[in-house]
Amino acid sequence: MNDIAVMDVTFTLNNEPASARIEPRELLIDVLRENFGLRGAKRSCDLGVCGACTVLVDGLPVSSCSTLAADVAGRSVLTIEGLGTPQALDPVQQAFIEHGAMQCGFCTPGMVLAVKSLLAAEPSPTEEQVRHYLRGNICRCTGYVKIIEAVMDLAKRGARLKTNP
Amino acid sequence: MLPRRFNLHRPDRIEDAVALLAEHGDDASPYAGGTELLIAMKARVLSYAHIVDLKGIAALRGVSARSDGGLIIGALTTHHELANHSLVLERLPAYALLSANVANIRVRAAGTLGGNLCFAEPHADPPAMLCALNAELVLAGPGGERRMLLAEFILGELSTARATGEVLVRIEVPGLPAGTRAGYRAFGHLERPAVGVAAVALPLGKGFDWRLRVGSICGRPTALAGLEKAMRGLPEADALAVLAEGAEQAAAAVEADDDIRGSAEYKRHLVGVLARRAARAALGMEALAA
Ligand SMILES: Cc1cc2nc3c(=O)[nH]c(=O)nc-3n(C[C@@H](O)[C@@H](O)[C@H](O)COP(=O)(O)OP(=O)(O)OC[C@H]3O[C@@H](n4cnc5c(N)ncnc54)[C@H](O)[C@@H]3O)c2cc1C
Ligand code: FES
Repeated sequence: MNDIAVMDVTFTLNNEPASARIEPRELLIDVLRENFGLRGAKRSCDLGVCGACTVLVDGLPVSSCSTLAADVAGRSVLTIEGLGTPQALDPVQQAFIEHGAMQCGFCTPGMVLAVKSLLAAEPSPTEEQVRHYLRGNICRCTGYVKIIEAVMDLAKRGARLKTNP
Repeated sequence: MLPRRFNLHRPDRIEDAVALLAEHGDDASPYAGGTELLIAMKARVLSYAHIVDLKGIAALRGVSARSDGGLIIGALTTHHELANHSLVLERLPAYALLSANVANIRVRAAGTLGGNLCFAEPHADPPAMLCALNAELVLAGPGGERRMLLAEFILGELSTARATGEVLVRIEVPGLPAGTRAGYRAFGHLERPAVGVAAVALPLGKGFDWRLRVGSICGRPTALAGLEKAMRGLPEADALAVLAEGAEQAAAAVEADDDIRGSAEYKRHLVGVLARRAARAALGMEALAA
């Protein structure tokens, strides 16, 4: 049992079928960045704390720095590259731009994906819910106020959609 | 850093996981959400030649009702699932709230209750409340299943009564008498709580039989036994007055060390504050059982 197997992992990546030949110990962030050239997820703390490496797996945020690539077999992974297109941005991306909710941009992919997942579960969150949900996404430019404003703007639209569908 | 190389096993039955763990002994580790294990393996504080992924075992999943009004929680249930599960919200809303406040959304989405209890990192939220609720564990090993109280399972920092090769199957929370209330409050300025206090109040005469358990501060949850006794059976306002008066003194007896989360003195101060807040939260919440 000493020779370590290489394995094939097949999953959905940004709505397209994907597969990669990996070692069991490989981390999702490295497979996304190195095998697929998707550099939106950033490695920063490497501890599950900062959220710069956030991607969505089956709609929920995960720290790709601390997730085995083997664990996404059969699941659906969404990275920032899979959200919107330069011609048609996702509403979350558009709101971040309108509110100037970024400075250096390092935390932005993780922040946008976390917001995406929050709004999917709760289209019109309160400010308290937004702050609570984003607690694990750290911005060192201290741009939180504009981020919260962008999400609250989306929340207002979510509330309108709820009342007049 | 990458973890050291390992073989990944993916059994889909408890028996197969137990057999793999028995075969490889100390060279193998169970693996659930990985929120503790992978971080330790990346830092190479821990390494194993064999990782036994439990996530494919359906029998370790799900939350169901115990016939006495309690809950049966599969070891793989995540904090996020516990925070949102209709049965938990109905029968133990204070525990759903505790789960919603664990770590951050990514840790809650991946981290399991089983992994939390088996790792026995003292700076954790579930143990104090689950001990106050008299939770029991069911473990499966080569000789079959055994059952034990969570309070006896946690031996100290990173140390449990789990034998090498045993798998935690489920956590059972016994049903509570009608009118039981519960609350939990924690505080820390880093990741993970510095101190957390759980208060469970079971109806007794004109007041309650109180269980006050302090978590995170030392190796295992500790009862504030003197206060529990002094508050026993008193009407709400009197019990809260006894608590306000006696909390500082009760906290002084709790084992605590100076560390990055604060001095022992500061943490004991938190015990007093959080005990009062947890008790008030318990009294402010709807009754847990109808
Ligand atoms: C940034 C960060 C913040 C955190 N904050 C908090 C917090 O605020 N409060 C809190 O309570 N916790 C916190 N945690 C701890 C968090 O990791 C745990 O709560 C989580 O539930 C661990 O579960 P897991 O499934 O990821 O365990 P894993 O990492 O998969 O496993 C942990 C240990 O348990 C063993 N194990 C797992 N499942 C079983 C089983 N069924 N049978 C036998 N052994 C098993 C493994 O072998 C391993 O030794 C935090 C963690 C991080 C990274
Ligand atoms: S790099 Fe993964 S959470 Fe910080």
